[in-house]
Amino acid sequence: MTSLPSTTTGVALGLAIDLDSCVGCHACAVACKEWNSGGHAAPLTDLDPYGAAPNGVWFNRIHSYEAGEGGDGLTVHFPRSCLHCAEPACVTVCPTGASYKRGEDGIVLVDESMCIGCKLCSWACPYGAREFDQAEGVMKKCTLCVDRIYNENLPEAERIPACVSVCPTKSRHFGDFNDPDSSVSRLTAGRGGYDLMPEMGYRPTNKYLPPRRQAPVAGALPPVEAEPAPASGFLRWLDRILSR
Amino acid sequence: MHPAYSVILFTTASGTGYGLLAFAALFSLLGRLPGDAWFLGGLVALALALIAGGLLSSTFHLGRPERAWRAFSQWRTSWLSREGVLACLSFPVALGFAAGRIFGLAGTAGLAVATIAISIATVATTAMIYASLRPIRHWHHPLVPLGYVVFAGQAGAAWLQMWQALWGRADPMVTAAAVLLPAVGLIVKLAYWRAVDTGRAASTAETATGLGRFGRVRPLDPPHTSANYLLNEMGYRVARRHAAKLRGYALALAFVVPSMLSAVALVGSPGLAATAAVVAAAAMSLGLVVERWLFFAEARHSVTLYYDAQPV
Repeated sequence: MTSLPSTTTGVALGLAIDLDSCVGCHACAVACKEWNSGGHAAPLTDLDPYGAAPNGVWFNRIHSYEAGEGGDGLTVHFPRSCLHCAEPACVTVCPTGASYKRGEDGIVLVDESMCIGCKLCSWACPYGAREFDQAEGVMKKCTLCVDRIYNENLPEAERIPACVSVCPTKSRHFGDFNDPDSSVSRLTAGRGGYDLMPEMGYRPTNKYLPPRRQAPVAGALPPVEAEPAPASGFLRWLDRILSR
Repeated sequence: MHPAYSVILFTTASGTGYGLLAFAALFSLLGRLPGDAWFLGGLVALALALIAGGLLSSTFHLGRPERAWRAFSQWRTSWLSREGVLACLSFPVALGFAAGRIFGLAGTAGLAVATIAISIATVATTAMIYASLRPIRHWHHPLVPLGYVVFAGQAGAAWLQMWQALWGRADPMVTAAAVLLPAVGLIVKLAYWRAVDTGRAASTAETATGLGRFGRVRPLDPPHTSANYLLNEMGYRVARRHAAKLRGYALALAFVVPSMLSAVALVGSPGLAATAAVVAAAAMSLGLVVERWLFFAEARHSVTLYYDAQPV
């Protein structure tokens, strides 16, 4: 049923993504692709995978931006995936009941056996979290690794989303945002974690931790001149001759 | 947004069908259409054929058309589901009205009113599929549902005038509707274009990334080197100069030309008026296809902020 769950357990699972330490290595995207190619949403089809224009389904896209100008500017690597919103219009627009939000943990999922591939949910998502699988004719999206986090066949330490487990800089944190003592809640409170496009009113569960302002480096080298002229000696003489 | 031909055809054809159905019921109610089996039966059959053709066309863009029946289940939350339910209900209502009128049964007036109501409601729910989507500023606007209903009405009036002309009939009230409704449609469309051209989205690359606190945000490295579903579906862009030209064609073909041609019935000979009515209906349908193509092609989705940081 595409109505939002009326009863919830008060658990809101999601990710806190640290833009300060993310190095844009795409490991989360690759690990996600690897796990989900064999998991709940499998396969994640690639069209023309070895050709000139490969085009495939990925649940994680790693953008890089510049923000600000000149010496105050920042380069920020920005992983983008499903935010498992509290008000997910992608769920309520679904005409078939294939899209749903789980009452027990807030994860937004697609029941692919009911999806007609009308793509309306992908239009309703402001964040571009859903990607259509052309080969299968159904919509796919991040499952928050629902087939890992409760999987008793895995060692307990591995019961976290694949993207979180693989991150080499520990920039992705998984937990319950409704529990004020969880690591993600404390990180969000401490670092000023924020929502993407809050004006859309979707109330995303995932939070982004902003990059920290870098203090100016003491004793930094002066900027290199565009074309330094030799100061003295033979090279200065040669420079003058050639400059005529 | 990618302008899918199946959806353009669906919204224009079913809109015309519902406009035709609503006017067939309205003018029957006013006693201005004959209850003749061929005339009225043919008229309702034409309207239902346009609607059925449109609905069938809409299933072509589905990834799994064989599961389309599931789309009737979520009418509590989904405008697409509501539209499907109303569209299916409209068939028995319209057929009941047509049968009642042709065979002179009691209760036909009630069915005529129901036909008008369900026709308007179905077109409005079609529009709400688009108007309910907050990430697309060009669609999330009150003039969108109003436009869909008015354009369906003007197409219905033009097609009814054509249908009458083909039977060698004419009615000043139908002519009045065919002349005046495109004028209303013109005002709605111009107001809509003015609104979307001058409006600004609340969302920007700065709010989409939350990095506005550091200054202007612009993309440095793309997340992938070739296209993906998001860029193909949501990243469609029509060149500004083409859009301006196409807006001109839409204005002329959908509104100005058909209104003037429909007015020929007021002054010209019956033969000339009939020819003008046929050309008017054809021009309007072509114009509305252009209008609907632009409705999709000019719409910008907030996900494109992540890719090109250009205002939506």
